[in-house]
Amino acid sequence: MTTSGDKTITIALMDPPYESGTTTTALRIVDAALRKGINVNVFAYEGAVNMTMKGQAAHPNPVKGTSIEEQDHPSSSRFIAGLFELAGDGPKLDWVNCGLCVDERGAGDWIEGPRRGGPGDLFKMSQESTNTLIIGTR
Amino acid sequence: MADYLLVESRDPFEYADTSYFYQMAEDLCKAGNNVTFFLVQNGVLMARKGISNDAVARLRSAAPAVKILADDFSLRERAISADKLADGVTSAGVDALVDLLAEPGVKAVWH
Repeated sequence: MTTSGDKTITIALMDPPYESGTTTTALRIVDAALRKGINVNVFAYEGAVNMTMKGQAAHPNPVKGTSIEEQDHPSSSRFIAGLFELAGDGPKLDWVNCGLCVDERGAGDWIEGPRRGGPGDLFKMSQESTNTLIIGTR
Repeated sequence: MADYLLVESRDPFEYADTSYFYQMAEDLCKAGNNVTFFLVQNGVLMARKGISNDAVARLRSAAPAVKILADDFSLRERAISADKLADGVTSAGVDALVDLLAEPGVKAVWH
């Protein structure tokens, strides 16, 4: 892992998991940034707060006849847990789930790592970041 | 002069409003700014040769200084190999996108 000093990027993500390629792209950006030693803030709002839900379960594929193990279904929460593991003691990954959005969706049971916040956090993150990328759904 | 990173994730076949984003890239470039136009997800469908109503070709013609990159992962997902890329489009990894995002002052816009 290379280091990039005190650079920080903030990403605001709105898409719920399993609906668009945007989720994958956003997680790839986070992954690449952490590997470069860049701190990353993620502000997940609206459907994106479902990305970190702990209860996401893998499933078999009855069409192909594959088992859960064979399918090795990737979940967004597993991806994100991996990102926290990647960050480790190196670059900081600060993942904030919008509390209002969480409450609306009953999506409060999430993996270790994310924290609850609000739009004020996005403003603060943006003010303190090298750059901010807002990824909307429309 | 400012540095812009425009990330286009959509294709004109599904979203008519992509034309505004291509136009914005052209206008920003003509106004003297440095513009990188990064195609990702279905946006890379426009990176192929031989498309009719070719938005990438129009952008290159109108604003040749715009740097057009196409996400290699998105290209591979869609079986778009290097020999099928349109002139002026360069395949790039997400690392290139992150490098630009990590540059102070770069204005990043996602569509």
